[in-house]
Amino acid sequence: MSIRIYVPKDAAVRSIGADLVALAIEAESARRGLSIDIVRNGTRGALWLEPMVEVETNEGRVAYGPVTVADVDSLFDSSFHTGGRHKLSLGLTEDIAWLARQDRVTFARVGVIDPLSLADYQEHGGLVGLRRALTLQQEEIVTEVTQSGLRGRGGAGFPAGIKWRTVMATASDQKFICCNADEGDSGTFADRMLMEGDPFTLLEGMTIAGLAVGATEAVVYIRSEYPAAYATVNQAIKLARAFGWLGENVLGSGRAFNIRTRLGGGSYVCGEETAMLESIEGKRGVVRSKPPLPAIFGLFGKPTVINNVLTLATVPAILADGADAYMARGVGRSVGTQVFQLAGNIARGGIVETAFGVTLGELVNDFGAGTLSGLPLRAVQVGGPLGAYLPVSSLNVSMDYESLLAAGGMLGHGGVVVFDESVDMAQQAKFAMEFCAVESCGKCTPCRLGSTRGAETILKIMNGEDVQGNKKLLLDLCEVMTDGSLCAMGGLTPLPVRSAMLHFNEDFDRRARA
Amino acid sequence: MLFTPWSSQAASAVLDATCEKPGPVLISLQALQNEFGYVPKEAVEMVAKACNVSRADVHGVLTFYHDLRTSPPPKNSVRICVAEACQSVGSRKLVEDAEKVFGTQMEESNDDIELKPVYCLGNCALGPSAMVDGELIGRATANDLHHLVKAKS
Repeated sequence: MSIRIYVPKDAAVRSIGADLVALAIEAESARRGLSIDIVRNGTRGALWLEPMVEVETNEGRVAYGPVTVADVDSLFDSSFHTGGRHKLSLGLTEDIAWLARQDRVTFARVGVIDPLSLADYQEHGGLVGLRRALTLQQEEIVTEVTQSGLRGRGGAGFPAGIKWRTVMATASDQKFICCNADEGDSGTFADRMLMEGDPFTLLEGMTIAGLAVGATEAVVYIRSEYPAAYATVNQAIKLARAFGWLGENVLGSGRAFNIRTRLGGGSYVCGEETAMLESIEGKRGVVRSKPPLPAIFGLFGKPTVINNVLTLATVPAILADGADAYMARGVGRSVGTQVFQLAGNIARGGIVETAFGVTLGELVNDFGAGTLSGLPLRAVQVGGPLGAYLPVSSLNVSMDYESLLAAGGMLGHGGVVVFDESVDMAQQAKFAMEFCAVESCGKCTPCRLGSTRGAETILKIMNGEDVQGNKKLLLDLCEVMTDGSLCAMGGLTPLPVRSAMLHFNEDFDRRARA
Repeated sequence: MLFTPWSSQAASAVLDATCEKPGPVLISLQALQNEFGYVPKEAVEMVAKACNVSRADVHGVLTFYHDLRTSPPPKNSVRICVAEACQSVGSRKLVEDAEKVFGTQMEESNDDIELKPVYCLGNCALGPSAMVDGELIGRATANDLHHLVKAKS
C-alpha cells in the first residue's frame, strides 16, 4: 500500500516553499523506490510550523515542521514516511498543543482533507447539513440558523437568521445569495484559507441559504489578490455540478441551485456589501445609500442575502449538529466560535478558532508567544485597518463583539495584528487616513476629502507644527467622518486614528518637544 | 506572461463571450486585460457598444479599479504589500530596499519592471509579503524578489 503524505497547497505555505518541498519528497521517494501518494491539503493554520508535512500512520497523522528542501533527505533517513523520529518531529498532529487547544467548527476540515475531494469531504461530515436542510421547510432552516445565534463574520455581526428571514419573507421572482469573499482587511486570511482548504463547505452553506430563502442563483465575489482561492472555488463548483449537487436538481431533490464566481478588481471598498453588489453588476464599486436594504433591494434590484465566507461556511455545521450545539459555545450575545487570525509581528501566527470570550492576551501571548522580533509588544490592531489600536493594558479584554465595543474597539473580521515597540503610532494613524484616501469610493464628502485632509493634518503634527491645535482639528475631523460618512470606510477610519491618539499620545506630542 | 497583441478583431471575439452575461462591463474589461495585458483606450467604445452602455460608463469602470490598466504591462511586475500586518514586520524597509535593488520607484514603471503597492495579499502571518507576476512570496527580502525576477526574465 502506498504511503499517504500531506504537503499543504495553501498559498501562504506555498509562499515559503511548499511546492519545492513536495517536489523534493516526490523525487527522493522515487529514488528510494518507495510508493507514496502526496496529498496537497489546506493548512492546519499553524503557520509558524509551515511548511508542515504530515504522514498517515496506523496511530494517526504524524507531523514534521517547518520542513525545508534541505531536510527532505534526512527525513527519509529517519523513516519519516513510516512515522520515524526526526529533529523536526511534532508528534501526532492532533496532539500539537497549539491545535489541540482550539475548538474547530468552521475550520474543522481545513488542513485535514484534500480540498477538492468530494469523497474526503463526505467522509468528514460534508453534506450532512445540506441533506438535513433538504428535509426541512424554509421556515425551519431559518429558525435553526436564528436560534444558533450565528452573527455575520464579515465585521458587522448582524444576526444571520434575521437577515435570511427578511429575504425569505420578501416576495420576488428571483432572489440571490452573494458570498462576500473580498477579504481586504490587513491581518485577515481566514476566508482565503477556507476557500483554498475546504471550498465545499462554503458551497454547502450557500446552498442551504438558497433553500432557506428561496434563491436559486448565487455569486461568490472573490478578490483578485487571491488567485489560488478563485481557482479552487471554481474547480469545486465544477466538481459539485458534476456530482449532481449544484445545478437544476440539488442531490435529486428537484430543487435548483447555481453558483458562479466573480473576480474583484483590486478595490478595498468593494468589500462593503453595497459596493460589492455594484461591482458584481459590472459597475464602479460605489457604495449605495441604505435603505433600501440589500435583503429587499439587492443584486440587480432583487432580494439578496449577503454573507461573509465564514458565516456561510459555518451554516453546514449548524444544520448538521443543531443550533444548540453551536450556541453552547461563546459568551453573552457572541455565541459560537470565532476564527481569529494572528498576524503581523507575532512569533506563532496563524488561525486560532475558539469560542468567543478568549482574551486578547491569551491569543497574543499564549497562542502567539509574543512578538516575532522578540522586542516588547506595544500595540495590537484588532479588526483590520478600520479597527482600533489597543495598548498592552487592554490585553485582558474578552474577544467578543460587545466587550471589544466597550473597550473602544471592534472585532471586525477577527484579525489581530501585533506591533512591537519600534512602531510609530503617529505614522500608523497617518497610514489609516492615507489608505482611506486611496480606497474611498468617492461618493460621500467626509470620506473622500476628510481622509486626505486627515493625512495632511497628521503630517503637520508629525512635523511638530502647532501640535495641540492640529490634534484638536484632527479630532474634529474624525467626528465629522464618523458621523457623516455613508459606510464603514469613512465612518470607521477614525477608529484607528483616535485610538492611536488616545493610547499612544506620546507619539503625537514627541515632535512638539523635539 | 504572454499576451496577444492588441487587435480589434481579437477584442471582438473576447467581447462576444462576455457581453451577454449579466452586468457585463467589468468582466468584459477584465477579459480584455487577460487577453492583451491591458485595455487600450480604443477598447472603450467597443465595450460600450457590445454591452449597450455609454462610453462614460465604461470609462468610469476602467478608471475605478486598481487592477485595470490602459497601457501595456512591463515584462515583470512586483507588488509589495504595504498594509498594517506587513508594516509591523518591516514592509517600509522592504519597499526602500526593493527600490534600490530594482533601480525604480514605487508606482513607477518601465518596459521591464514595475513596483506597485498592494494592500494585503492574505499572507499576514508570514510577512512581509510580495507578489511577483502572480506568485506569492512570504518573508520576502528585496534580494529574494530580485532573484525571482531575474529567474523569470
